[in-house]
Formats: sequence, structure tokens, C-alpha cells
Amino acid sequence: MAGRIKIRAQKKGDITEVKALMRHPMETGMRKDEAGEAIPAHFITEVVVFHGDQTVMQGHWGAAVSANPFLGVRFEGGEPGDTVRVTWEDNQGGTGEGQTTIR
Amino acid sequence: MKTVFFWSVCLALSLGAARVPADGVFDQYRDLMGDDNPAVFVIDEGEELWFTAQGPKSATLEACDLGLGSGVTAGAYVRFPRYFADTNEVMDVEARLVHCMTTIQGRDLESVTAKPYSLRGDLGTEIEALVTWLAAESEGETIAPEQTHAAEREMYVLGEEIFFYRAGPHDFSCATCHEQSEMRIRLQSLPDLTSHAGAANAWGSWPAYRISQGLVRTMGWRMRDCFRQQRWPELQMGSTTSIALQTYMAVNAAGGVMSAPGLKR
Repeated sequence: MAGRIKIRAQKKGDITEVKALMRHPMETGMRKDEAGEAIPAHFITEVVVFHGDQTVMQGHWGAAVSANPFLGVRFEGGEPGDTVRVTWEDNQGGTGEGQTTIR
Repeated sequence: MKTVFFWSVCLALSLGAARVPADGVFDQYRDLMGDDNPAVFVIDEGEELWFTAQGPKSATLEACDLGLGSGVTAGAYVRFPRYFADTNEVMDVEARLVHCMTTIQGRDLESVTAKPYSLRGDLGTEIEALVTWLAAESEGETIAPEQTHAAEREMYVLGEEIFFYRAGPHDFSCATCHEQSEMRIRLQSLPDLTSHAGAANAWGSWPAYRISQGLVRTMGWRMRDCFRQQRWPELQMGSTTSIALQTYMAVNAAGGVMSAPGLKR
């Protein structure tokens, strides 16, 4: 059920504020399950925020980010009705994507 | 005499230091997160599961009667635990879901109850998701557990008895931690569940997303984990003991507002 992103984008003055909540276990690879077996590492490695076709933020993430991570980004130049898109890739080849329009 | 006085001052000081007015830091955290509770994903997953055909009968849970009629989910959660004539039992929401899965969907009881709550590394179980969605379907409603049937009132009396029953290697009862207000254990303020305010706040905020676990936990899990912390035998989901304790808490909480899923440490 991973892969989902909830996004809200709101224009405040000149700044567009993006809030994204991602569904991901973000396993570090250092934990063990109840049977003592290592739980394989599974975490987001790259996050990109797009305003239309333009990249406004790119982030390299690792195992230190919490499960179901929350990302807040502010950028200039957005207009209400524009599309904001967030994508991620993880270390197991999984991807997630979500989009919204600026309010 | 002087020594006695010295120690009583020390005791008073240490008790004073353990007093906290409110859950300050976590209230602040909740304000910052606003509506961005990761439980929103679990609510969606629970809703999908409700409408997914499963089991040998390939049925959805839409025919499940949660007490307000077949398939009525809005406002059903706040009436639990309640008596059901078809099973002749007082059930909590988890027990009722299990009943619907085994009867309507024809699923095997053992497999349905094998792992009700997530273990380390899981992203949530079916029961957790369904309960979370059902709680969200009662958001803003007044907590009003049924207490009309004699069995429901008996459940409350039994729950009260268990709440104050001291047992286990630590000689703990639920009341040991939960009959005083404005006290804390480690850094957590613990609610006084014998008071309306404490019970309403607790009952109304579970199921909740536990930040430290990255999972939504249900009230059934909360009860089971309290048993673990007391070093009592493992509490079974849907057992009389679990339902009795939940009835005691829900009835004490009656009149409060449902605001689950909450956000917890």
C-alpha cells in the first residue's frame, strides 16, 4: 500500500507552501523482527518537488528519516491553479507520486 | 523527629516535581502537525478493505451490522461496546469485525485473529485499518456507549472490578497508574480514567497514530500493551476482560467527543 502521497499547496503572499505526507515504512535495515531476523532496509532515497515541469526541490534521503515522512517546502512563483507534483524513489526500486493544484 | 521532617519534605518535593499541568510538548506537536496525521492513509485503507470482497463467500463487509443496521458505519463506533442479540454477547468494535469476517465473509476464525495488531516492521493490519476508518466515521460524535441491556451494565461492573484488581509480579492494577490526574510516568502524563475528563480524552483519541512506532494503534492494542507493562498474561483481542475494561472506560467517557484518530507520542 506504499506509494501514496497526500499533498496540499497554498499560496501565501509571494510564497507557495507545499505540505506532503508520504506513505512509506522507512526501514533502516538495522531493526530485527520478533523472530530476531533483520528487517531489510527499505527507505526513500530521492524526493523531487515539481511546480509544473520545473523542479523546485530535489532531496537525497536516507534511513534517518521517519516512517510516513512529512515534507514541507516553500517556493516563489506559484499561482493558484498551477500543478504541484511530488515524486519519490526508494532503495528497492519503488516509486511514489502525488499531485495537487495550488490554492 | 528532625529526620522524619527532613524526609517528609524530600518526599513532598519529589512528588511535586512529578506533577505536570498538561501534556504540553505533545499538544504543541499536535498543533504543528495539524491535519497531517499519517493516520489519514490508514483511514483510506480501512475504507477500501470494508468494500473489498474477501473470504470463501467473496463478500464485502457492507452487510455487517455494527448496531445501527446493516452497513451503517457513520456514528456506529461511539455506541461501542454494546450488546448484540445475534451473538448474545457484549462486543467491542474489534470483536464485532471478527464476527462479521467469519459469518459474512466465511473466513476462518483462527486466521482472522492470528495477528490483529502490527508487529515491528509492519505497515498496519486489516483490523487496525478497519477500526481506524470506523472511528473516523464517528468523528465529532458524542461518546454514548449502550448501557440499556443488563449484559452491558454487567460488563461495566466487571470492568470496574478488573480496573482496581491488583495482580502480577508487580502487584499492579490499572488504577495504580490511572486513578490520579496531573501525574506522569517518565515523561508521559497518564490520564485519570476514573474521572470523566480523563476517560473522555483517552477514549476519544484512540485509535491513534503512534509517532514512535510509525503505526496506528487501536484501543484493544492499548489495553493489551497495558497488560504487558503490568507483566500480566497476554490480553486476548475480543476477550471478556478486554471488553469489560473498554466498557468501563467508554461509559466513564460518555458525553465526551470522539476526535480519533489521534496523534500520540
